[in-house]
Amino acid sequence: MDLVIARPEGLYCPPGDFYIDPWRPVERAVITHGHGDHARTGNARYLTAEPGAGVLRSRLGADINLQTLAYGERLDHHGVTLSLHPAGHVLGSAQVRLEYQGEVWVASGDYKVEPDATCAPFEPVRCHTFITESTFGLPIYRWPPQAVIFEQINSWWRANRDQGKASVLFCYAFGKAQRILHGLDAGIGPILVHGAVEPLNRVYRDAGVALPETHYAGDFIRSDPLLRQAIVLAPPSAGGSSWMKRFGDYSDAFASGWMRLRGTRRRRGVDRGFVLSDHADWPGLLWAIEQTRAERVMVTHGSVNVLVRYLSERGLDARGFVTEYGDEDDASAEQASP
Amino acid sequence: MKAFAELYLRLDATTSSNAKLQALRDYFSQAPAKDAAWAVYFLAGGRPRQLVPTRLLRELAIELSRLPDWLFEESYQAVGDLAETISLLLPDNPHGSEQGLAEWVEQHLLPLRGQPPEAVRERLPQLWAQLDRQSLMLCLKLITGSFRVGVSKLLVTRALAHLAELDAKRVAQRMVGYTDLSHKPSADSYLKLIAAESADEHSQRGGQPYPFFLAHALQAPTEQFDGLLGPPSDWQVEWKWDGIRAQVVKRDGQLWIWSRGEELVTERFPELHSLASTLPDGCVLDGEILVWKPGATAAEVAVQPFALLQQRLGRKTLGKKLLADAPVVLQAYDLLEWQDQDWRNRPQHERRAQLERLVEQYPLAPVLLSPLLQGDDWADLARQREQSRSLGVEGLMLKQREALYGVGRTKDMGVWWKWKIEPFSVDAVLIYAQRGHGRRASLYSDYTFAVWDAPAGTAQRSLVPFAKAYSGLSDEEMRKVDAIIRKTTVETFGPVRSVTPTLVFELGFEGIALSKRHKSGIAVRFPRMLRWRLDKPVDEADDLGTLQALLA
Repeated sequence: MDLVIARPEGLYCPPGDFYIDPWRPVERAVITHGHGDHARTGNARYLTAEPGAGVLRSRLGADINLQTLAYGERLDHHGVTLSLHPAGHVLGSAQVRLEYQGEVWVASGDYKVEPDATCAPFEPVRCHTFITESTFGLPIYRWPPQAVIFEQINSWWRANRDQGKASVLFCYAFGKAQRILHGLDAGIGPILVHGAVEPLNRVYRDAGVALPETHYAGDFIRSDPLLRQAIVLAPPSAGGSSWMKRFGDYSDAFASGWMRLRGTRRRRGVDRGFVLSDHADWPGLLWAIEQTRAERVMVTHGSVNVLVRYLSERGLDARGFVTEYGDEDDASAEQASP
Repeated sequence: MKAFAELYLRLDATTSSNAKLQALRDYFSQAPAKDAAWAVYFLAGGRPRQLVPTRLLRELAIELSRLPDWLFEESYQAVGDLAETISLLLPDNPHGSEQGLAEWVEQHLLPLRGQPPEAVRERLPQLWAQLDRQSLMLCLKLITGSFRVGVSKLLVTRALAHLAELDAKRVAQRMVGYTDLSHKPSADSYLKLIAAESADEHSQRGGQPYPFFLAHALQAPTEQFDGLLGPPSDWQVEWKWDGIRAQVVKRDGQLWIWSRGEELVTERFPELHSLASTLPDGCVLDGEILVWKPGATAAEVAVQPFALLQQRLGRKTLGKKLLADAPVVLQAYDLLEWQDQDWRNRPQHERRAQLERLVEQYPLAPVLLSPLLQGDDWADLARQREQSRSLGVEGLMLKQREALYGVGRTKDMGVWWKWKIEPFSVDAVLIYAQRGHGRRASLYSDYTFAVWDAPAGTAQRSLVPFAKAYSGLSDEEMRKVDAIIRKTTVETFGPVRSVTPTLVFELGFEGIALSKRHKSGIAVRFPRMLRWRLDKPVDEADDLGTLQALLA
């Protein structure tokens, strides 16, 4: 029996009668993580991993009906045993493990396999059927180690500071921004953030994640010399807005897995592109799938056809699932507000 | 190679001309002359002929990356550039080669050309294994001839001029022909570019042309011309010919014909070879090569469509019939050198007067003097411009009578304006889309457009493709169109998607001609999107009748 099927409302578990990351309002929603395309408003009850509670409340409202589970903790619902396991994507992100009559399914949500210090690292979970994302499901996507990228970001910042220029780094406000903050060398200069980033910093700090000191960029006036030494973290939607004017002659950059391609970087029109993603790259996807030992793989959002065909050719029973999940870097323009 | 890869990264990382200039200066001040020689060549647009067949490159890359063919193809479609795709798929090498650009090009890359496939198969992986990813991409771009980095020749010229403390115009002059296939860059040729000014500079030019002076587009309503330009009497007004811009150089008994791309095209135009004996030495003409109606009188404007010229250029050999059917002339409009003297610093009217005397004195059969138009005022000239389409010209050229002959698109020594006629336009329907290249990689940005094969109201009419276009949309619009294409895809054929027709665009184009090669029977020139017609339903797009009417 299929433990998860695609319905117009979202991914649905028939024996348990609940949804995973539904895109239309439902009675019971299990949320893998707090990004806007996975966690939507209007559901009657929410279940999420305990470290993600703060994020969900800050994004969907403090008054949502929310139940949490520690990673690995089991919950029985209509005979379905449900547990949540770290997905390594952002703070509180989880894979959903479902067990029913001896059959095990795992829905990954979004995941990243390289560990980082801002969230619990991805944990492979053995299962019969694995539902995987495929955002970067092409072999051209291979990430350099994050230490290399942080080094690149820090030297870019240092070089700009030496030229008396602010460094504006566009990145998604939730997850990516905090991961970068953690990797910044605070000795270089002041770290400024856009208004969309700071509330999430608070959530991360409350969850015990160490972040360097940050200042609200709006508190600085244009003539402040500190601005010329600062790095500024802002959501991509801030680019080209009048908010940017205060930084004068700045250098800008964008941090995303899409920056792996010269074309996408040039389309962004920024000086630098840093290849930093909160999703698995191609080797990461294949590794994660292999670790689950699943014989059946359902592929969601991204390069669905490519991954399905590739896995099929390797003897797996692979199929595509139609979902309405996106990718936070592309969707960010609509979502983040100052 | 590393230093050049570093330069490429810096140039690619910025859109600011100053930052690019700085990067170029830094590179040239450090680079050994033999490396700098090749860097100038590639940056100024030089491309050696393809070194390795693309098919072989693909096969090798597929083998080394251990991917199925289809997955390589999918990757290529997402990246939109073969060299970059391969560099992203090959295994990483932690260490890069310390050899310089010249060694790489001369000892490793150029010798690949013409090698049997087995030899290339053996050699290339060894070469690739010596390069870090950035150098590898660059090396592949040099192999495929797709090296491009958003640096203009002018910028390279300025960087070198700064380095050598020379006038940029002098360097530009020396650079002419530098990227021609017949020239092989060397330390020597680079050192000549940046050498101190010498007394015999002028006599060393051989067959070199001058850098072309280019016109700017004039886009203002005629009523504003008086304010913008002053009276028409300050201007030399000519037709804007639609042919191949060329300089005819006659020195030391020899003739050279150069196209605007600074390619030597002497052999392509045997009709002009008589100028080797009829033109006096030390003389350079600037003008337009055009196909002229055979047997037309000198007074007629008998220019033939550009398509004919293009056909001629496409042929390897020029047969008798072709030469008889599509003979060329040179419409001369400027004189850059006369009696061995550089005339570019003389005003336009003076150069023109001497050009007229020259054409009177010498029997230069294939050379016509581009006629001057007279007008009482701008409105009068605007009326004359109306005839452009029926005469087969693109509009008018306005050249300041006092203008000196500049370099490229400069404006500091006087200006040339091109006052073009409005393009043809039709409303067409987007029916196929393909992903683009470069900064449009992964985006559906290259479109095929169709018109209806019968007027509205006809039962069962269908859409006939007639043009491809990929420019004219803003990034924002392109993003939206891309999303619609993904949602309305009917079928996918390799990289091409057919879509449910929902999108109507106003397409503009410069020329239109009958064509046997196109399903619609029509070929258009320079098609581009003028406007997204969100207001127009597909049913109200134009039909073939509209296009046929434009042919008349």
